Amino acid sequence: MTSRSLLQIDGLRLSIGEQPILHNISCSVDAGKVLGIIGESGSGKSMTAYSIMRLLPQGAVVSGSIGIDGDNLLDKSEAQMCEVRGDDIGMVFQEPMTALNPVLTIGDQVAETIRIHTSAGRREALSVAHRVLERVELPPGKYPLSRYPHELSGGQRQRVVIAMAIALKPRLLIADEPTTALDVTTQAQILSLLKKLVQEDDMGLILISHDLAVVADIADDIVIMREGVVVESGTVRSVFAQQTHAYTRQLFKASSYQPERSTITNVDDNLLVVDNVSRDYRLPRTSFFSKPGYFRAVDRVSFTIRRGENLGLVGESGCGKSTLTRVILGLDPCQQGSIVLDGEPVVAGQAMLRDTRKKMQVVFQDPYASFNPRHKVGRLIAEPLHLVDQSLNTKDRAELIVNTLLSVGLEASDAEKFIHQFSGGQRQRIAIARALITRPALIILDEAVSALDVSIRAQILDLLSDLSSAHTLSYLFISHDLSVVRSVTDRVLVMKDGKIVEQGETEAVFTRPSHPYTKRLIAAIPELPVTD
Amino acid sequence: MLRFALRRLLSLALTLVAASLIIFVAIEIVPGDPASYMLGLNAQPETVAALREELGLNVSKPQRYFNWVGGMLRGDFGTSYTYRTEVTPMIADRLLISLPLALYALLLSTLIAFPAGVIAATRRGSGADLAVMGSTQIGIALPNFWFAMLLVSLFAIKLRWFASGGFPGWDTGLFAGLKALTLPAIALALPQASILARVMRSSLLDTLGEDFIRTARAKGLTARQALWRHALRNALIPVLTIIGLQFSFLLAGAVIIENIFYLPGLGRLIFQSLTQRDLIVVESVVMLLVFAVVLVTFLVDVAYAIVDPRLRRK
Amino acid sequence: MSARPSGVMRYRHMITGGLLVLTAIVAAVVSFYWTPFDVTQLDIANKLKKPSAEHWFGTDHFGRDIFSMIMVGARTSISVAIVAVGIGMAFGVPLGLAAASRRDSLLDETLMRINDLIFAFPALVIAILITAVYGASAINAIIAIGIFNIPVFARLTRGAALSLWERDFILAARVAGKSKFRISFEHILPNVLNLLIVQGTIQFSLGILAEAALSFVGLGAQPPLPSWGRMLSDSQTMISFAPHLAIFPGLAIVLTVLGLNLFGDGLRDYFDPRIRRDSR
Repeated sequence: MTSRSLLQIDGLRLSIGEQPILHNISCSVDAGKVLGIIGESGSGKSMTAYSIMRLLPQGAVVSGSIGIDGDNLLDKSEAQMCEVRGDDIGMVFQEPMTALNPVLTIGDQVAETIRIHTSAGRREALSVAHRVLERVELPPGKYPLSRYPHELSGGQRQRVVIAMAIALKPRLLIADEPTTALDVTTQAQILSLLKKLVQEDDMGLILISHDLAVVADIADDIVIMREGVVVESGTVRSVFAQQTHAYTRQLFKASSYQPERSTITNVDDNLLVVDNVSRDYRLPRTSFFSKPGYFRAVDRVSFTIRRGENLGLVGESGCGKSTLTRVILGLDPCQQGSIVLDGEPVVAGQAMLRDTRKKMQVVFQDPYASFNPRHKVGRLIAEPLHLVDQSLNTKDRAELIVNTLLSVGLEASDAEKFIHQFSGGQRQRIAIARALITRPALIILDEAVSALDVSIRAQILDLLSDLSSAHTLSYLFISHDLSVVRSVTDRVLVMKDGKIVEQGETEAVFTRPSHPYTKRLIAAIPELPVTD
Repeated sequence: MLRFALRRLLSLALTLVAASLIIFVAIEIVPGDPASYMLGLNAQPETVAALREELGLNVSKPQRYFNWVGGMLRGDFGTSYTYRTEVTPMIADRLLISLPLALYALLLSTLIAFPAGVIAATRRGSGADLAVMGSTQIGIALPNFWFAMLLVSLFAIKLRWFASGGFPGWDTGLFAGLKALTLPAIALALPQASILARVMRSSLLDTLGEDFIRTARAKGLTARQALWRHALRNALIPVLTIIGLQFSFLLAGAVIIENIFYLPGLGRLIFQSLTQRDLIVVESVVMLLVFAVVLVTFLVDVAYAIVDPRLRRK
Repeated sequence: MSARPSGVMRYRHMITGGLLVLTAIVAAVVSFYWTPFDVTQLDIANKLKKPSAEHWFGTDHFGRDIFSMIMVGARTSISVAIVAVGIGMAFGVPLGLAAASRRDSLLDETLMRINDLIFAFPALVIAILITAVYGASAINAIIAIGIFNIPVFARLTRGAALSLWERDFILAARVAGKSKFRISFEHILPNVLNLLIVQGTIQFSLGILAEAALSFVGLGAQPPLPSWGRMLSDSQTMISFAPHLAIFPGLAIVLTVLGLNLFGDGLRDYFDPRIRRDSR
């Protein structure tokens, strides 16, 4: 260490109640530099940030020292901390949709930072807010200060949160997963904004993320945390090059994981044919008598999935991919076009043949919302059996349940447990078991690995790939995460505003995108530096 | 904002039309003819016919419905079957007691509940919180008419601070009038204040757990500043719903409480009319009560939109 | 980070509440077979007696035993309130489920408008209307309170069901080919049941208050059937010299309602997913 750091954390320990959260954390940030803190869920990375801000839940006990310019923040009184927060240290949060007060204008919320810490009046503070919003590239000419948060998109709201945090040019900015809830192109913009602000204000930045690639792009130093312990730290270059600790290597491997897959042989065997499909949504009536309005969420979409093929579908939030999923699954009707699965038409409602319906199953994103909490696992995964024609006797049924559980890497005894006894990764295995039990030909994976930590994600991708070759399964792999799609699919569709703007062989699309939107998407993907 | 209010106003009008139909049809099911009932069994057919003419009963039922609604729109509620006088001034006099009573009670209830709820929420788990939670638990279980009786026996009969009932009339002065309404208003307000204080407390606690409160604290606001500047206004949204609902309870409660304090309000009028089978009065008072409830619902909707900008666009 | 008193405290409240409610129910049931005195028997010689070893809560102006009357009154209060909650649930829950299963459809819109319309009629107003047509009776009170309960349960069910319909496990059931009707009963109803039970206890306690109020103004149970509300209205003129006539029936109402509320609060906490989630 050449000079004294801006922020110096030494031997930080934290426990909440009886539960130890952080063990002996030490790290530092210099002015004008970016420190990336990386970790999976439960690593204590966010709690480190809240310890610095001293915004911890009740019952938290902290020890060690958090020095900013030689002052130990842990020695300060609550009143002194209120002066530090927002003035010396600013903070940006993960969820921009809920981080702003819904009943106050964005101008007032940014101006508040200024009015709390200075003697500026409302008008003066608003004019400062005006300049700050310009700095975060949310020009008040286009987005007036009188806007309310609900009138802005997620990325725009995150800019407002950043404006509040940097309004007084703090010396340190803490950003806790600032781009996790955002689309990939917005993520790229927010990251470059943060980088620009760091340089202009000579500010220190702590960037907390679960995503190695995000941090790799902009951080100078990096700390890798696991279960409340720093496992490795140093400059980004040295950590990436050396990977001293086994966990670091594991994390790197999992982040760019590519499961082994057999490629399909039969090119002409179409399993699913989607032809010119459109879906209009009826907007909620504004009053009892007014005519409902319509919104076209899926616009004349055509594609096919071959037997045994992995097809990717990528697009940003609101592009219509969820709606398309619902139409393919026969949950919603389409207003135009046709869908044929294995030679039989897919239609919404009860009209679809059971035999057709059982050939297609789905795995959802949220492992916590995907199951009825009141049923045991055995009953949960047996639900689709109701589609299987021959009535199974109790013994066969139980055997089928056990075999299916075993095939996804769970145990026979798990059938008698309730869903809350399982972790997120295990739940995703149960969701796959439920999809598998009717021996379908197609499984739609709707962001099925997006909510999982990278190491768990790698395991699930392996499982999916094994199952695919064992049962000649096709997957429709829907994700906003382009790097995962790239590593597991044969062909890919790019969707924007309800339309498929580009489709083709995955590698070809990623290396030579033709549509400008695809180009932008791919350019925005944060990439890990190549290490060997 | 204006379009929002207009749309709500339209829905208010529709509700009133539907409600008036229900009330009219319900009362029309009553067997027997009011004119014959009023004149007794031995009345001459000519006299009955004359009275039917006078009461407007000799036209078809749809016509009578339109006459009734049309009359109300002009402020004419018809002629009382029992007293043979105009219903409108009768109701207007009574309304001058019932409405102030309900509003007085609403004001008291809000004035008690807001501070109690805020104190309980900000000092969660403290003695003050426990006291608020305990006393409101009992307050909610208290039937207001029983509480009114206890108030009368303590403050009117034992301590003689208030009269045990009756109303001196507004012309004896605002103070005398308000004094006569004080015990009834307290009886009405306390149980409602208990509910309101609890809603205020839990709504405030929920809001204090929101992400934007954390954001505010990260800006450097103290816990107290975050409460006053950010939590309170958001917490108000569910509280408004309850205030709206309470008004209809208070109005209905006022109708009951008036009987204990011998207040000549709508409540006394409607129960007299019920026993005398003066159905035109019953019909009109019921319509008036429904109108008041619907109007308050409308006002609460507008208040929502003022508090919550997200609702203005819809 | 819980706002609530510790588990044991909350448990104690719930048990206290449960015991109070149980007492009222036992009193009501026992009153069918035995009461200390016959409540239909007048005993003018013993009128307006203060509470004593013989008449625990004293006697009224006809010499009837107040304790016995409160036991029989519990029967009226509880049965009116339970049947009214039953009416509210029997109509409100299916309507709410149906409306939620076809969100924003004409059915949904119509049901919700009708709900709003019923909300415009306070229970007292419904009772007045029914009395005007059919005269006063305990049935009148049941119907009035029951109708008032319908939109309460319909709204609650619809709101909770709507958010469940958005959940992935419902989509999974639809992918499994189950009909909306079947899903409503197999998945939605069991998951809103907790909420309905909690609201049920609240409406039960409100029902007891409402029944008492209606009887108090003569729109509910008619003589000779004793009811807490009418006992109070009878006591009104005698409160200055025979306060026990007013105090005991009033306490019966307060304690029963308090018991229900404490029990309901306890149930709510017990069912609260925010508390149970900690265990996962």
